[in-house]
Amino acid sequence: MSFFARFAQNRGALVGLFILLAIIAMAMLAPFLYPESPWRMVQRPFLAPMEVDGFWLGTDTMGRDVAAGLMHGAWVSLLIGLVSTSVALLIGVPLGAVAGYYGGLIDDALMRFTEFFQTIPNFALAIVLVAIMQPSVTSIVLAIAIVSWPPVARLVRAEFMSLRHREYVEAARLVGQTNRTIILRQILPNTLSPIIVLASLMVATAILLESALSFLGLGDPNVMSWGYMIGAARTVIRQAWWLSFFPGVAILLTVLALNLVGEGLDDALNPKLARERS
Amino acid sequence: MLYARLIVMRLLKAVVVLFLIVIFNFFLIQMAPGDPAAILAGEAGATDEEFLRQLRERFGLDQPIYVQLWRYVSGIAMLDFGWSYRQGMPVLDLILARLPATLLLTGTAFVLSLALGIVAGSMAAARVKKPSGSIIMALALLFYATPLFWVALMAVVLFSVFLGWLPAYGMYTVGAGHTGFALVLDVAKHLILPATTLALFFMAIYTRMTRASMLEASQQDYVKTARAKGLAPGVIQRRHILRNALLPIITLAGLQAGQMVGGAILTETVFAWPGIGRLMFEALQQRDYNLLLGIFFFSAALVIVFNIITDLVYRLADPRIKEAS
Amino acid sequence: MNDNAPVLSIRGLTLALPKGADRDYAVEEVSYDVARGEIMCVVGESGSGKSMAANAVMGLLPKGVRPTAGEVLFDGQDLLALNEKQHRKLRGLRIGMIFQEPMTALNPLMRVGAQIAEVFEAHGKYSSRERQEKALALLEEVGIPEPDKAIRAYPFQLSGGQRQRVMIAMALALEPELLIADEPTTALDVTTQAQILELIRDLQQRRGMAVMFITHDFGVVAEVATRVCVMRYGRVVELGTAREVLENPRHEYTRALLEAIPSNIIPEAVAQQRPAPLLEVRNLNKVFRSRGGLFKPAREVRALDDVSFTLAPGETVGIVGESGSGKSTLGRCVVRLERPDSGSLSLSGTDFSALKGDELRRERRRVQMIFQDPYASLNPRHRVGYAIAQGPMANGVPRRQAMQQAEELLELVGLGAVAVDRYPHEFSGGQRQRIGIARALALNPELIVADEAVSALDVSIQAQVLELLEELKQKLSLSLLFITHDLRVAAQICDSIIVMQHGRIVEQGTAQEVFLRPRETYTKQLLDAIPGRAHEAAMA
Repeated sequence: MSFFARFAQNRGALVGLFILLAIIAMAMLAPFLYPESPWRMVQRPFLAPMEVDGFWLGTDTMGRDVAAGLMHGAWVSLLIGLVSTSVALLIGVPLGAVAGYYGGLIDDALMRFTEFFQTIPNFALAIVLVAIMQPSVTSIVLAIAIVSWPPVARLVRAEFMSLRHREYVEAARLVGQTNRTIILRQILPNTLSPIIVLASLMVATAILLESALSFLGLGDPNVMSWGYMIGAARTVIRQAWWLSFFPGVAILLTVLALNLVGEGLDDALNPKLARERS
Repeated sequence: MLYARLIVMRLLKAVVVLFLIVIFNFFLIQMAPGDPAAILAGEAGATDEEFLRQLRERFGLDQPIYVQLWRYVSGIAMLDFGWSYRQGMPVLDLILARLPATLLLTGTAFVLSLALGIVAGSMAAARVKKPSGSIIMALALLFYATPLFWVALMAVVLFSVFLGWLPAYGMYTVGAGHTGFALVLDVAKHLILPATTLALFFMAIYTRMTRASMLEASQQDYVKTARAKGLAPGVIQRRHILRNALLPIITLAGLQAGQMVGGAILTETVFAWPGIGRLMFEALQQRDYNLLLGIFFFSAALVIVFNIITDLVYRLADPRIKEAS
Repeated sequence: MNDNAPVLSIRGLTLALPKGADRDYAVEEVSYDVARGEIMCVVGESGSGKSMAANAVMGLLPKGVRPTAGEVLFDGQDLLALNEKQHRKLRGLRIGMIFQEPMTALNPLMRVGAQIAEVFEAHGKYSSRERQEKALALLEEVGIPEPDKAIRAYPFQLSGGQRQRVMIAMALALEPELLIADEPTTALDVTTQAQILELIRDLQQRRGMAVMFITHDFGVVAEVATRVCVMRYGRVVELGTAREVLENPRHEYTRALLEAIPSNIIPEAVAQQRPAPLLEVRNLNKVFRSRGGLFKPAREVRALDDVSFTLAPGETVGIVGESGSGKSTLGRCVVRLERPDSGSLSLSGTDFSALKGDELRRERRRVQMIFQDPYASLNPRHRVGYAIAQGPMANGVPRRQAMQQAEELLELVGLGAVAVDRYPHEFSGGQRQRIGIARALALNPELIVADEAVSALDVSIQAQVLELLEELKQKLSLSLLFITHDLRVAAQICDSIIVMQHGRIVEQGTAQEVFLRPRETYTKQLLDAIPGRAHEAAMA
């Protein structure tokens, strides 16, 4: 059964994929449907949804179009999510691979390192990092990456440690393959599946982290993200609860979609092959 | 008792970790853009020349870096976490005053999420093929994907603004002058929304983990043995499957401690719950970096305590982990 | 023959498998009886369906497997017609069952005594104190050392053999009329296996139970069976008394199985001159240390203790031992997958153990290895051709030439050049071992180390692979270091045998000497433990 067929078997994953594509479409269409900056004040503030034609989600405390903010925010969330996850992978995969394959001191050092990171509350660390580095897209991406790489390293390390002793790896050592070749061509291809699944979940977590940081006021001040919209509306929640509602739903749907797709990938990449033993 | 030795070891390790955090904090201050003295003074204090001069002297900011490090670390060792200009109090006092509220909130949320999560997960595992099982898992996924701060806000809107059932802000009704049992009830009423919203995300995690863990445990050989003995299914579920399935969940709970403390920051902000999370939010708004770093330190300490507790519980539950006699 | 009515009577049982399985029926039209006071051995290779009928008796069929015909009569009732609750009444009380994997068959979080007492609890018998007393008595009966300590022990504190005894105690606690033993000794060492077999036979005689004993090993059959049922592809192909089936098998499959068992006829060692040895191992030592923490003492395991031997060109030397004997470590040291702590390893005079880097790579090609697990020895992501070619490619051979060579090797091992583009999962266990052999040959080695290369294969496939090895050995003038736990297999193909225990060499000699005229006590123990020995000796 091909990869896509297996993926499609999981109906939740298909729903997730569909939602995800819709969000991506939102992000790509934003500059066309709402060419002006979402920061522009375009109408009376506090318009309820559908109150005025053309502003189907209403306006916020400063008269900005909520729908515009929502569409542009999609782009921000996805970008930050993808970039910070990629950076985390770039740090975590090589570290985990080296630690898992070579063991010894390098492994010890890595384990102490990841243990240290595990004891620190991730979110608090991210806050501190962004606050001190001053909020910007760069500092947010870095902070999220720094907070997210330990689980990647641990996963890759665990995989490498178990595969290092697999007989086909020993056979490769026997015929004289270099360590570098073994890591890259023997072991890594067999660890790709769990890494891919983890990566999709990490993008979801990154989006949640970014929105939480923006909610607290640590977002890039030049960028309108969903978290910022919710945070800005916090104090007026009694009068205009919808200002917080819609961006939250957007975050919820994106994160949900990514999780569903991640589960679908898991099913598709790891078919449970039964061994032919009695 | 052997456990005493274990606790001592863990505490020693904790001290090392906290020490590293202190050093980390120090370097963070150094790396921040601008004058370290201004950073330490906070936005409010940066205009007060006299205050800045005191800070420079205290921390030796014109001295070589190792002197600065030494001053900083020894200060912390003497429990001097600095002075919050804006709040006009030593940082340590500020934090200690708010710590109990956070302990109450996170403790309640922890127990709630674990208890309900395990129950929901066991139910989902028992009803694997049935629709009720799928509904539980769908709900779990939904709560897992929902941003914590947003669900907190929506909870305020629903239960406080629209329905008026529960109070939205604070830990107790200000000015009502409750004491004794009435106070306890008042606090409890205020605790319901924040603790439940904080617990929601973790409940989802434990539900999913419990279900997976129980399904895996039920495939093990010892379950077949138990059936071959003629044991009733309920006994098998409890004594054989659940007991073994709980072990990875205890481990997971320990790992989630850090997340929960982080989540408390958001929850306390939304519900104006007077804990160190809310204090962190205030520190952010006031650009009071010294206070911020102090709270960071304490939240890490909190996580360490959580981890020690879960580690002990795990050792109690699994007889295979034993120190050499 | 017994004149008792059978305790269990399986008549025409047919169990259907779910859609998508390799065949339609797990078992088809299977009929046999088990009577009081006898041991009925159900024999077959993997996939024969021998365990399925037992599962049906207990009502423990896996999901998707359903009975479509036949009946299973026990005490007048058709067990197939019972519901779960009724089955539960019988399980443990009137029918007991023990399984194959003692290491995972006990709840790791409950004390052993409590798990035995559970059997009583399940059927509402005895008070709490009586249960403990009875559990203790049972542990004594099954021969556990220090039963009063064992009763409070957790499973991880007991060895495999001891855990199996606990399983037996649990199964017999309520004196069932029927005991089903599903490959209970397969996962145990040869000497432990012998003890457990004796225990089962003993208990059966004392209590007069009916025993259904499922196994794949004809040696075990010879050791304990009263009657035998041979199964293949879900059908019964032979049924009769042990004597009948072992001495005069009627079905050709039975005959083939019996023949595949390495016989007791050892080829006479060719009196050779001893040319300069190819491999010289001198005073090899290796200790494995598990790191202690601040609380755990570091544990030391002496894997190799002053091991020395030589191997001549063209010779096949067998290293035989049980688990923990150090035989695998020895093999791995010879191929430099492990480094010995001290001692030397020379290949035609060159000290192998001191080499590094490029030198090592050059000498390495002279010694290659065949691994044990056919399912783990090939990278699932690489095509078979690449798996074989990557050795030469890593040593500078251009890709095209290496792939060409791979095709030739695949022909040589009997799989055909077309296999080159396939993935490992498309092949069976025996075929994968052939690919492993081809891979080992790719660098034109002089010495091949076969580390339990046939232990994971069914007996009939085993014989084929051994034949192939023998053929290749002749054709390519190879020397072979054959590591195994099975003394019989070693005796068949090895010129000389080395017996190891706890890291030391216990006995060395030609195959005939070691097998027929062993000198050391341990070697004699090993030989005696081989199931079916007594029977075969009687037959000779």
